[in-house]
Amino acid sequence: MTRIELEGVSKSFDGREGKLEVLDEISLSVQPGEFVSILGPSGCGKSTLFSLLTGIEPADAGTLLAGGEPLVAGRQPFAWMPQDDVLFPWRTVLGNVALGAEVAGGCSRSQARARALELLPTFGLEEFADSRPFQLSGGMRQRAALARTVAQGHDVLLLDEPFGALDALTRTDLQLWLEQIWERERWTVVLITHDVREAVLLSDRVYVLGPRPATVRLELEIPLPRPRTLETLADPRFAALEHELLTALDVGATTA
Amino acid sequence: MRQLGRLVPALLVIALLLIVWQLYSTLSAVGSDLLPAPSRVASAGWADRSSLWDNLLPTAREVALGFALSLSFAFVLSILLDRSQAVRRALTPVLIGSQTLPIIVLAPLVVIWFGFGLTPKILLVALVTFFPLLVGLLEGYASTARDAMTLMETMGAGWWKTWRLVRLPSALPSFFTGLRISVTYAVVAAIFAEYAGAELGLGIYMQSAKNSFRTDLVLAAVIICALLTLALYALTFALQRLVMPWYAQSRERPS
Repeated sequence: MTRIELEGVSKSFDGREGKLEVLDEISLSVQPGEFVSILGPSGCGKSTLFSLLTGIEPADAGTLLAGGEPLVAGRQPFAWMPQDDVLFPWRTVLGNVALGAEVAGGCSRSQARARALELLPTFGLEEFADSRPFQLSGGMRQRAALARTVAQGHDVLLLDEPFGALDALTRTDLQLWLEQIWERERWTVVLITHDVREAVLLSDRVYVLGPRPATVRLELEIPLPRPRTLETLADPRFAALEHELLTALDVGATTA
Repeated sequence: MRQLGRLVPALLVIALLLIVWQLYSTLSAVGSDLLPAPSRVASAGWADRSSLWDNLLPTAREVALGFALSLSFAFVLSILLDRSQAVRRALTPVLIGSQTLPIIVLAPLVVIWFGFGLTPKILLVALVTFFPLLVGLLEGYASTARDAMTLMETMGAGWWKTWRLVRLPSALPSFFTGLRISVTYAVVAAIFAEYAGAELGLGIYMQSAKNSFRTDLVLAAVIICALLTLALYALTFALQRLVMPWYAQSRERPS
């Protein structure tokens, strides 16, 4: 298991109107087995942070450590799950899940399929192994995409607004489902989201990023007991935490 | 049965055209030698069926071999162009230029260079058909979802693996569009090449029929060419179903 540390990480892009500063000295850490959310407004650079972690973009300054060692492109410990499920229509559900093991895990094709087959029940997809992605509901597609992410066999799951494209009811449903299986599996998760309730419901800790250039505005422990269920949403502490995060994000400031 | 039902409108249109043609050529003053009625085209064609068959086979072979060359060329080239911006910039003008060559002028030249055998026909068919295939493939690669590319990159897949697992399958719908445009050119190109010089083939058959004023046999050969193209066109759909069964299924359901 790998501990992730970011120390003073900055990133800017050369845009048409000069330098565009996206991340400004971001420091954060993720312990093994911890569920950490990064909460911020749209366009604050959350996804840029992911590009740095996955090695797609280099950081301008600062250090990124995994298990105390600098991140090496191509050998990073992250499995990325995009917002759009990116399930390939030419592969079955099993084939899509196996892709994670085959490409990232370096398994042979048959090993990858065996690994995927083991994973499907965890994600409630065992009956849909031979279905095509378009035959699944939106919620099932996201579960399949998460299964593919887990199949990569990396230490840390990077979930990039995984439920952002779903309708509100399906989203809540999946959040509760994810909480349930996370209790069992205890993956190390970094979740990027702009959904405050999602962050409170699922996380051990939340980092709040401000608008561009993003800095860490707040680091908040979520001490709510686990397992968290639908009842957790009615907990007065839940509302208080939600309020604290929204305040840190200046939500409502323009109308006050 | 539903499949057959969908053919009814097309068959009706063809029947209507044949009736108009038949009436015009029997009732007007054009003369049945200049414009033979479809009934006469059919009976003359039937009478000469063994010769038509003997000439159809070489044409079909040229189309098949030309297409095989065209497909291989388009695939290899598409990979090179997709792989490297520099290659793409260097070759694109030449490739587009190749499509402006007037085939009517080029066909006799190719025969002068390569003789009366199979080679000039294959080359001409390939020249005329590779471009829609290439464009279809390139546009198809470009249509690959950005997130899919990012996903492959974060999983550490190299260029080749990404091409094989994501870019090629993504390009297939667009490739088949190009293929359908291509096949409609293929037979015409073979005929052109034969017209410029051949021993056997529908092109040379038409030419000699024309030279002996057998307009009925010319038209019979034309109809066979049309049927050949229709058959090839239908074949692309069969092939598409075989290669990408998921495509038709995913379109049947609104999601």
